[in-house]
Amino acid sequence: MTNVMNEGDITRALRRIAHEIIERNRGSENLVVLGIPTRGAFLSARVAELISQIEGKSIRRGTLDITMFRDDLRMRAPKPLLPTEIPPGGIENTDVILVDDVFFSGRTIRAALDALGELGRPNSVQLAVLVDRGHRELPIRADFVGKNIPTSREEIVKVHLAEIDGLDEVLIEGNA
Amino acid sequence: MKRHLLSINDLTYDDAVLILDTAAELAKISDAPVKKLPTLRGRTVVNLFFEDSTRTRISFEAAAKRLSADVINFSAKGSSLSKGESLKDTALTLQAMGADAVIIRHNASGAPARLADQQWMTGSVINAGDGTHEHPTQALLDAFTIRKHLRPENKDLTGVKVSIVGDVLHSRVARSNVLLLGKLGAEITLVAPPTLLPVGVEKWPVKIAFGLDAVIADSDVVMMLRIQRERMAELFFPSEREYSRQFGLNSDRLRKIKPTALVMHPGPMNRGLEISADSADSLQSVIVEQVTNGVSVRMAVLYLLLGGAPLAAGANVESNEKVGM
Repeated sequence: MTNVMNEGDITRALRRIAHEIIERNRGSENLVVLGIPTRGAFLSARVAELISQIEGKSIRRGTLDITMFRDDLRMRAPKPLLPTEIPPGGIENTDVILVDDVFFSGRTIRAALDALGELGRPNSVQLAVLVDRGHRELPIRADFVGKNIPTSREEIVKVHLAEIDGLDEVLIEGNA
Repeated sequence: MKRHLLSINDLTYDDAVLILDTAAELAKISDAPVKKLPTLRGRTVVNLFFEDSTRTRISFEAAAKRLSADVINFSAKGSSLSKGESLKDTALTLQAMGADAVIIRHNASGAPARLADQQWMTGSVINAGDGTHEHPTQALLDAFTIRKHLRPENKDLTGVKVSIVGDVLHSRVARSNVLLLGKLGAEITLVAPPTLLPVGVEKWPVKIAFGLDAVIADSDVVMMLRIQRERMAELFFPSEREYSRQFGLNSDRLRKIKPTALVMHPGPMNRGLEISADSADSLQSVIVEQVTNGVSVRMAVLYLLLGGAPLAAGANVESNEKVGM
């Protein structure tokens, strides 16, 4: 088991991502930051908080559960649903920042794009992830990446966050 | 969770809470402008109704359609069932058409269990009311409605005082509710004339009262049951007027109930018999909301039974195995 990011690394990465999001979107006027539960939701809350500190005003944020939109539903037992909280005003004509912890096959993000499509038509959708571990199975890419971590398929990337795991760290398990 | 939903006894406490939690998330979708999820795309759900029904059939149909399943409605009238086709042949037909789930209502208690146990079909069987036995999804939507109003922060219904009033003897709704609400920690009182209580009711985990006035002021939920006129030929009470005076929810009794209490009825109502019009339409009545919640709860049941991996064809039905919940 290898520790690839510690608390300081994660905080710095999120702070950089927050700045990049503001830079790319020329401010935060039109942003809606949506996290994919479970850990993406905590990360999105942190990113939204950092953006609002930098910009000096509050940011619309929420969570987006994608369970019902997964394409692998039939390959496993049904999972409990997680909360979807869309900020008042919806996502119509906004710039949506999707936030997730680990970017892997891209299937979660495909499902998230479908879920967004049911909610409205955003002006744009951008993707921020803490870790990009490669092995995409779909033509999807991230706009903001905390850290690129080359992995083998057999390895497991674990993100621990203080909100539920007690501390911040990113670990790689398995034959390195 | 088991593969079929035939009785509340098929659900563990955790299963029941999971269904209510899932329904709570799905209820939010019903408020969204687009009410459609792709989850059950390509799955076929058959509504097999041997008995008349408005809200249960429509509710299951709406639930299945919101999850993008294909729905086939099959009612006894106008099908080969009225020509005397057996349940077995009907089941084999449905199997041949590739039904992933069969929602069955039948006037004989145990018909859904027979459909599930005989291995005529590989799909899930969901009981939508069988004879005087059970109506599990009605109990689930009642529990959902009660939890939403009276225990919004809790998992279950611990300490909620529920009075179930009326024809308990013939009521599959009452039977499923006694099992489910009891499982979730509610304190249940059955209120009925002795002739309308089933044999052995003293062994049920409930209290019994023989008049509505005794319990009305202390109830958190007053659940009225329909007097099933089609089953009243044996004169279980002297007259409808006398029944209504003793057990009906009228204007006077409505004034005695707690301000926070809920008035519930599974429908269809006999206005003026078991429930007066002003009680049915009062602010405390959640009767119309029960219908709305029914769709969310049935979506949850369909998702949890059908959303995951299909069991291997010919899987042993008896085991009704737990699929990782």
